[in-house]
Amino acid sequence: MIDSSLAELSDNLFSVSVALYSVALLAFCAQLAFGRRSVRSRELAGVGGGPGAPTPPAGQEAPETAQGTRWGLLGMALTALGAVAHAGVLVTRGMATDRLPWGNMYEFATAVVLVAVVAYFVLAVRQPSLRHIGVFVLGPVILAMVGIGLFLYTEAGPLVAALRSSWLGIHVSSAILGSGIFLVSGIASALFLVRTRRTAGEPGSGGGLIDRLPSAAGLDRVAHRTAVFGFPIYTFAMIAGAIWAESAWGRFWGWDPKETWMFISWVVYAAYLHARTTAGWRGRPAAWINVVGFAVVLFNLLYVNMVSTGLHSYGGLD
Amino acid sequence: MSVEAPPRPATPMPPDGSSAGSRLGGLLLRWWRRLTAMRTAIILLFLLALAAVPGSLLPQRSLSQNNVRQYFADHPTLAPVLDDLYLFDVFSSPWFAAVYLLLFISLIGCVVPRALEHARALRTPPPPVPRNLLRLPDSGELRSPLGDAAALDVVEEELRVRRYRVVRRDGARGPELSAEKGHLKETGNLVFHLSLLALLLGLAGGKLWGYEGSILVTEGQGFCNAFQQYDTYSAGPLVDSGDLSALCVDLEQFRAEYEENLTAASFTADIRYGAPSAEGRATTIGVNDPLRVDGDRVYVTGHGFSPTFTVTVPDGTTFTDLTVPFLPSDPQMMASEGALKLPDIPGQEEQLALEGFFAPTGLVQGGLLTSVDPRPLAPQVAIFAYQGYLGLDSGLPQSVYSIDRSQIERGRLTEVGAANLAVGESLDLPDGTRITFSGVKEFAAMQFSHDPGQVWVLGSSITLLAGLLGMLLLRRERVFARAEPARDGGGTVLTLASLTRGGGESGSRFAILSDDLRDALDAPDAAPTAPEPEVPPRD
Ligand code: HEM
Repeated sequence: MIDSSLAELSDNLFSVSVALYSVALLAFCAQLAFGRRSVRSRELAGVGGGPGAPTPPAGQEAPETAQGTRWGLLGMALTALGAVAHAGVLVTRGMATDRLPWGNMYEFATAVVLVAVVAYFVLAVRQPSLRHIGVFVLGPVILAMVGIGLFLYTEAGPLVAALRSSWLGIHVSSAILGSGIFLVSGIASALFLVRTRRTAGEPGSGGGLIDRLPSAAGLDRVAHRTAVFGFPIYTFAMIAGAIWAESAWGRFWGWDPKETWMFISWVVYAAYLHARTTAGWRGRPAAWINVVGFAVVLFNLLYVNMVSTGLHSYGGLD
Repeated sequence: MSVEAPPRPATPMPPDGSSAGSRLGGLLLRWWRRLTAMRTAIILLFLLALAAVPGSLLPQRSLSQNNVRQYFADHPTLAPVLDDLYLFDVFSSPWFAAVYLLLFISLIGCVVPRALEHARALRTPPPPVPRNLLRLPDSGELRSPLGDAAALDVVEEELRVRRYRVVRRDGARGPELSAEKGHLKETGNLVFHLSLLALLLGLAGGKLWGYEGSILVTEGQGFCNAFQQYDTYSAGPLVDSGDLSALCVDLEQFRAEYEENLTAASFTADIRYGAPSAEGRATTIGVNDPLRVDGDRVYVTGHGFSPTFTVTVPDGTTFTDLTVPFLPSDPQMMASEGALKLPDIPGQEEQLALEGFFAPTGLVQGGLLTSVDPRPLAPQVAIFAYQGYLGLDSGLPQSVYSIDRSQIERGRLTEVGAANLAVGESLDLPDGTRITFSGVKEFAAMQFSHDPGQVWVLGSSITLLAGLLGMLLLRRERVFARAEPARDGGGTVLTLASLTRGGGESGSRFAILSDDLRDALDAPDAAPTAPEPEVPPRD
């Protein structure tokens, strides 16, 4: 039933992807270290400035040395390789067990992190200035992967009866997609908060890492765009979950801990989207709400699966 | 319609000496405006999220009475305080209701006026061209050798191809054009928020008129849909217990299948269902696959074993087929616990009870029975027999899965024998009673559910999602143009501007529109002054 050599390959690919991400992290660090021109950027805070904001510096990045660009490209290439190995972890596990590779928390969390990496990669390809936040994406990614490997690892095995439904593919896949995208959005908002705290003081003073971040307006835009992309997916995941729960547990909604936390994070993201369009809330207050959303999604992924007992306790951690 | 739009007109202040009534009216109006403002919505959303938190961190009665009882035992001083604050019934507490009702009202207050305004906007032509076009975020000038009306014709053509609604007007400085598209975005927004209201109503309807009953059914037995029959049930306040749908279900056979590593692979129940006196139709239900008939659903929510006993009392009377469900205490290996109570044995003073432990595949080590497999490969029971007074008519409710310990402590009930039995083996009691473990059947935990609101909830979820996609992915654009004769002689100067709401960069689209127009107007020397977008991608 379980193909053990494929299962082993999957476990090895997990280590390979962590190793590749770690080297990519080093490359992004090198980009930050060597990429800076001695000319300090004299950027003004572009908080809330839209794409067509009249201040030209908002949205423009400090110039970068050729060496920095090369390191950045290397980081991107390594991230891509890492993501390929990472996808391989799930594919081989799915093949080994002959089912969708998200039947327990190890697999689910691994998939969420993969979505975050891919979402970041796509964004950074489309908008090269985002390569500068590679460190802040890959750092948490590596931490998460190590944590998943250490604490959540579960042997490849068959699905329990309750999970044998086509809704597994629909509900869980969309929840993975939505959560992964929200994680990137949360990182962008967190960096936005760091960035605006700096620029709100003395522009360019202190220099260093923070000046190498994309502009505040750029970060804010990335955060909003990803949240706007993730929100309907997450909403769909919640609806699909309710439909599944109706046929699996006898009611479409029952305030099971996992349901409750999904609801909480959904409401927080709705609040974020509102705040983004409300005078007096856009900018830092909205970004804080997004960071809270990030924390809630993480909490839902970790705490609710590991500590609380509910109908969703399929984590395989007992 | 934009959130940044000028604030609603200030509340008219009541003139001096006005009546208390009109002052009260003004106050109410102010409160109403505050309640329906966006920032109130944000705060209420936050409160709603916050209010749900204790519901997941503390045990809830709606999920597990047992866990709440356990919490009371573990925290005897704290628990009653929390209970007074409804913290074990968060989702039916008055304060949770207060938050979502406020949100509900706020939502109505903001959506209804918006819907009316939107309906009006759909019928009104695009607004007139603003005076100073070059102040808009995306704007520019184009020159054309054509006359002003002809130049505007070109613009109109180009915009109509892009599915704008176009209106031409004569302005003070020359002919003007206003164009608009993307009302669907606003429609999406309204559909989303209205669906949210509809969803809440569906939810409320389900709570008021819905009910749910659970019962353990052993193979060969059945139940009919009536509250007295259920082990536990809950019903909304408007449910009339006389109006329950007449449906009976008999469990013919239950099957649990396992993988090699004993992971449960499937649970299925062969049932027969129909009106009480009818023959009934056969079907199979299982996990993820309930029975659905006319708005009612029947689920298998769990399973377990019902050991069967035969009891022969000293005078030779034999009771066969005494089957009682034992509750699984170990869901992995299906070790279970339960009790059999025989309060009325004809011709016997003493009542008889068995309490025991059941193992579908038993292994006895050091006299202790454990289960090593969830499948009934070698069923065994470990039983204790008691005789005396069970206290069933004492007025206090008793669990049917255990005997009342206090009767033993009071000396009214005494243990008279104990044994580990395989199928077919017996225990003889001192008074000559013989208890035989005669076999085992499976039971299914079944649930009957009726929720008239759930189709509404499903329908509004779907429109909610559609509205959400429309609101988030579409954009609303207005384009304005004004044609003026060029000051330095022949031709026309065309001033062009656009306004966009939602949907990413507008600069690049405006640049493309300007480029296309420049080609169409055949004026290669004119350059738009639109700011170059920072990033090329279009979405
Ligand atoms: C209670 C009063 C509410 C008001 C006054 C309100 C108002 C609005 C307005 C004006 C917008 C349009 C923003 C824009 O397109 O720029 C909007 C968008 C939105 N609303 Fe509401 N809303 C309310 C309640 C809710 C609730 C309860 C939810 C969900 C839990 C919700 C979820 C959303 C979402 C997700 C958006 C999309 C934001 C975006 O366009 O980026 N709203 N709301």
